[in-house]
Amino acid sequence: MNCPCEKLKLLMRQVRQTWFGTPQKSTRFIYLDHAAATHLDPQVRAVMEPYMQEEFGNPSSLYGQGVRAGQAVENSRKSVAKILGALPEEILFTSGGTESDNLALLGYARAHAKGGKHIITTAIEHHAVLGATKQLEKEGFEVAYLVPDTQGLITAQQVKQALRPDTILISIMYANNEIGTIEPISEIGNMVQKYRQETGKTFPVFHTDACQATGYLDLQAEKLHVDLLTLNGSKMYGPKGIGILYRRRGIKLQSLQFGGSQEHNIRPGTENVPVIVGLAKALEIAESLRAKECERLCTLRDFFIREILTSVSHTHLNGHPTTRLPNNINISFAAAEGEAMLLYLDHEGIAVSTGSACTSQSLDPSHVLMAIGSTHEEAHSSLRFTLGRSTTKKDIEDVLDILPPIIQKLRLLSPLV
Amino acid sequence: MTSPFLDGSTQTKTSWVYSDIVKDHFFHPRNFVKDDEEVKDYDAHGSYGSPACGDEMHMWIKVDPQTKRIVGCKWRTFGCASAIAATSIASEIVTKDGGMTLEEAKHLKPQTIIEHLGGLPDRKIHCSVLCDKALFEAIHHYEQTHF
Repeated sequence: MNCPCEKLKLLMRQVRQTWFGTPQKSTRFIYLDHAAATHLDPQVRAVMEPYMQEEFGNPSSLYGQGVRAGQAVENSRKSVAKILGALPEEILFTSGGTESDNLALLGYARAHAKGGKHIITTAIEHHAVLGATKQLEKEGFEVAYLVPDTQGLITAQQVKQALRPDTILISIMYANNEIGTIEPISEIGNMVQKYRQETGKTFPVFHTDACQATGYLDLQAEKLHVDLLTLNGSKMYGPKGIGILYRRRGIKLQSLQFGGSQEHNIRPGTENVPVIVGLAKALEIAESLRAKECERLCTLRDFFIREILTSVSHTHLNGHPTTRLPNNINISFAAAEGEAMLLYLDHEGIAVSTGSACTSQSLDPSHVLMAIGSTHEEAHSSLRFTLGRSTTKKDIEDVLDILPPIIQKLRLLSPLV
Repeated sequence: MTSPFLDGSTQTKTSWVYSDIVKDHFFHPRNFVKDDEEVKDYDAHGSYGSPACGDEMHMWIKVDPQTKRIVGCKWRTFGCASAIAATSIASEIVTKDGGMTLEEAKHLKPQTIIEHLGGLPDRKIHCSVLCDKALFEAIHHYEQTHF
């Protein structure tokens, strides 16, 4: 170290580190992408394990092992039903949010095409809904895509104005996965119910994708006035590959697959017992922690938003300032590109996501940001941070230290400044 | 832990979608314009792309008036990791060993840049290697103003 050449090397390294971050990837790990996936809660894993080992039976079998597996599925169904304020037979287990959305839209529309061929949804739905409506358009249905205001809000009035005598289905997400805006589902549902009473018709029915709402918002189907509701295990510290479709009693859905009589013939196939048990446990825990987590995360969220907007110039919050999920932060950093920011953060051990096209297979930036009126530049410059159970104040403070120099560096490289 | 994979590994090893060369140029970009002063005496400027598709590249070149070789190449890029790395490596390619002649530089192909980067994921190729076009614009600008 006494050698001047060593000193110079050290100095050079310090200069490089100041400018370009540490050359080695950080060992820090701050996960801020809970809207994409959540870790499996150890308590959830524990209740799942027996059903992967000794209790591996097929719920349709009549001997002890099968009966016990069947009971596990039915107890899980009851537990989920209770949280949704529903009847057990109103709960269908599926393979995830995408299948639940597909089953709700394709299943209902195909079964009720004689009643009408008009569907109302929004321009900011998850691709699981938009992909299904695109398919229905090919099958001759007409779909209205409501455009939200610049904060991502859809109003009941807007939905009412789009109603037609041949509208059979309305699908509006509970909370947006990208910008976190919470839609007035109860108000829209109430309007739809009244409209049905006034017209004396059984449709339109109202579906909501509530995948991002679990653990943050009230899921009581009755209070929300919804007829169909989608949930997903992997966003609630449960296993992946499991979803729920709440289907109000009496609503007919055309099956998307064919086989045995499981799930009222609507969703045939041997029940995935361990993940069903896991999902029920995960939902139970999420519901019990809901009030506390909401309060804790809202404080962290607002602290982060306030700090970042004041410490970094030319930034703005995407989505609604208050009517938003407690764990969602979506910010555009002018002149810094999303994927580049994401990878610099990844290098520092921070996991986030972006609305930039570069992370997707398509070349278009986020359809949600475009729908709320963002420019292409703003959409390409967006980062989404979604907090969760493991997120601490320290995590947020670390990101507030690490992010501004990254933005500064990328802006230095950028011709858009 | 027993391996879930055929090769016996217990976890996937790759956590980076790009080559090490892309990584190096992304984290340590060469020849970018830190300050407008740096390109004050440069001879020409060209740009290509549009933020609409997520990328915009600007290149400045300094040309030896006698040899018509590119002796300086600086840039600014708005774009993803591979766009930044591609522009950075292109600025090295054209100035290496006394610099390319303008004619040589005009024929710099995206494929050459990708090879120097050690390859790029397929879907990144079209959108991220636009620097050759920005360079072409800069050369065009030079030719218009210096011939």
